[in-house]
Amino acid sequence: MSTKAAPSNATNAWPSKLRRIRALVSKEGRQIVRDPSSIAIGVVLPLILILLFGYGLSLDVKNVPLAVVIEYPTPEAVELAAAFQLSPYFHPWMTRSMPPAQQALLEHRVDGIVRIPADFSRHIGAGDAEVQLIVHGGDANRARIIEGYVQGAVGVWAARLEAQGRASRSGPVNLQTRLWFNEANDSRYFLVPGLIVLVMTLIGGLLTAMVMAREWERGTLESLLVTPVRTEEILLGKTLPYFVLALFGFMLCVLSAKFLFHVPLRGSVWVLLGASMLYVLIALGIGLLISSWVKNQLVASQLTMLATFLPAFMLSGFLFDLRSVPTPVRMITYALPARYYVALLQSVFLAGDVWSVIIPNTLALAAMAAALALASRAVMRKKLE
Amino acid sequence: MNSIIGSLLRILALTRKELLAVLKDPRSRNSLLIPPMVQALVFGYAATYDLNHVPYAALDQDHSAASRQLLAGLDGSGIFERVANVQRAGDIKSLIDARRALLIVQIDQQFERHLLSGQSADVQLIADGRNSNTAGTAIGYVTSVVEQFNLNWSRDHGAAPPPVRLVARAWYNPNLETRWFMIPGMIGTLTLLQTMMLTAMSVAREREQGTFDQLLVTPYRPFEIMAGKALPSILVGTIQAGGVLLVAQLWFRIPFAGSYLTLCAGLLLFLLAAVGIGLLISAVAATMQQALLYSMLLIMPFSLLSGLTTPISSMPIALQYLTAINPLRYAIDITRRVYLEGAGLDLLISDLWPLAVLGTLTLWAAAWMFSHRMQ
Repeated sequence: MSTKAAPSNATNAWPSKLRRIRALVSKEGRQIVRDPSSIAIGVVLPLILILLFGYGLSLDVKNVPLAVVIEYPTPEAVELAAAFQLSPYFHPWMTRSMPPAQQALLEHRVDGIVRIPADFSRHIGAGDAEVQLIVHGGDANRARIIEGYVQGAVGVWAARLEAQGRASRSGPVNLQTRLWFNEANDSRYFLVPGLIVLVMTLIGGLLTAMVMAREWERGTLESLLVTPVRTEEILLGKTLPYFVLALFGFMLCVLSAKFLFHVPLRGSVWVLLGASMLYVLIALGIGLLISSWVKNQLVASQLTMLATFLPAFMLSGFLFDLRSVPTPVRMITYALPARYYVALLQSVFLAGDVWSVIIPNTLALAAMAAALALASRAVMRKKLE
Repeated sequence: MNSIIGSLLRILALTRKELLAVLKDPRSRNSLLIPPMVQALVFGYAATYDLNHVPYAALDQDHSAASRQLLAGLDGSGIFERVANVQRAGDIKSLIDARRALLIVQIDQQFERHLLSGQSADVQLIADGRNSNTAGTAIGYVTSVVEQFNLNWSRDHGAAPPPVRLVARAWYNPNLETRWFMIPGMIGTLTLLQTMMLTAMSVAREREQGTFDQLLVTPYRPFEIMAGKALPSILVGTIQAGGVLLVAQLWFRIPFAGSYLTLCAGLLLFLLAAVGIGLLISAVAATMQQALLYSMLLIMPFSLLSGLTTPISSMPIALQYLTAINPLRYAIDITRRVYLEGAGLDLLISDLWPLAVLGTLTLWAAAWMFSHRMQ
């Protein structure tokens, strides 16, 4: 490859460089149009995934099947039980004793048991009445939400007692809570922007990982070598068409987020687009790097899956709060581009243009994009020689 | 009789050859055994809805003993970290916006006076809802700190306690640790990916390289070839599951309540279904690339819509029905219930029979497609 090492001025001049890139892009574009599999990955797949997951993923808890055990039907006990029937969160099942309720919990027919003891009414006057709640702790997050709802239902009932003057007040300090950016407490608001990250990570990685590995396997990359095309030109020519394709998929994701799932877009479209272009570049770059490195479709796509999709799912802060992750694992998350993109998307969608979030995260993404470009160029040069 | 023994011997020989092909190369051997355990370790730490570090800011306009006592309750919980003391309400926005604080606790000037005069006092809590689940959990923690404060205050100042107290208990996971829920669920999730792909690709590769035709001219019957392709993947999957189980028990120390035999039975049925789907993919796909694409197309929905991170009961009804063909959904339910509740086979019937049906159907369909291709 000695001609590569010392390129002549003629091949390095800008007009011819641009012409070569344009030729590569148009060749790659034609290939995309002729082979429907890339269009399937770039356009159809994101749409299917965002629809499936947008509807499927939700952390909202509604219609919880709940056993309500009224051991002795005094007016107070029945009134409290009615509070559960009125709540939209529960789907109560009334019973008179514990054993059938416990059996139901064991068989997962109910998620919890509310037990109103036989001496409940007698204790209300004395101010030490207790309501017992047993939740199925398997899904701890759900259990905690159910606990909160039961607490709320009991609180509403107690407030009514207080208003009627039948009992003392509910407690010295009342907590008044406001959830900023998501007043309705709809988990889709944060899940859908996170899903866009997941989908773009997978799409970008797959597009280039499969394409490059295929060229390596067929030996068509080597044949490019005898032409005057240079490494960075090959990379650009490979990336640009897929970049456009992936951006198209991204637009579809954003449109469905806004119009199907009604997630508000409070920031500016330009910030969203700019950050997303950077991220798509990175996702494509990771695919390029992996595939130039392993040169084998099977291993390349497995690696892409392991290195991008699963970490973006588990370690990006899309679902789990990163502040609570132990330090060594948190260090790993700093190396993940998805982490910065999740922070950006959640802020731009829900909070607006918060520059204190946008600037550092965009800078991190830009640095990663640059590093990836250099690394794939280096790896590809080495592999070609 | 002889034909059965001969058939078994042929299956064993093919299994041995397949295993050799996979395990001989150290790179492919490592790529099968190490990732699930490393992932279990890393994701085990990361995949938790529990919070142990909640940055908050206090806007204390009362500066009284009572307000300090309430904030001390937060600071002393070990979970909340006060990152700022805000003086003006106008400063709240920038703290939340920049994600420096997840919560703002606002105590107004009348706080202590209200309390001492026997009135109710309000405390404002503002939460960053950009991840509303995290915010909800944090609010729950604050609620319990406030409840404790109320109890103490009523006791110290002779006020009447609240009329009703809710005594909550969680079965099977007394401290409500999400890790206990996540890690057992990963046993199935982390094995699905590679088991399914390994099967789908091993046939697709042989097809593309033409060695599958060579296999066909041997005295093997289609059923024997299928068994020989399925067994190694099931074996690899079992070993992977064992690795994740080891991490869960020895590293994360999550107590195992059930029987290993029950778990093993459930996992084998699951792996059978996963391998069946893999074989069906390879029967449908013409090239390796197609096989790969189909596996990805199935693995993503399988793992996200399995109940691992978000409950199936929160999905729309139509999607809930769709998850009936997801083997991972049953596997996760089985591992969690055996692991945490010690459920026996009798309680797991509703998970076991769909897996058996899935496994049989997919294997039968794959065998049918292979034998039809041969003619």
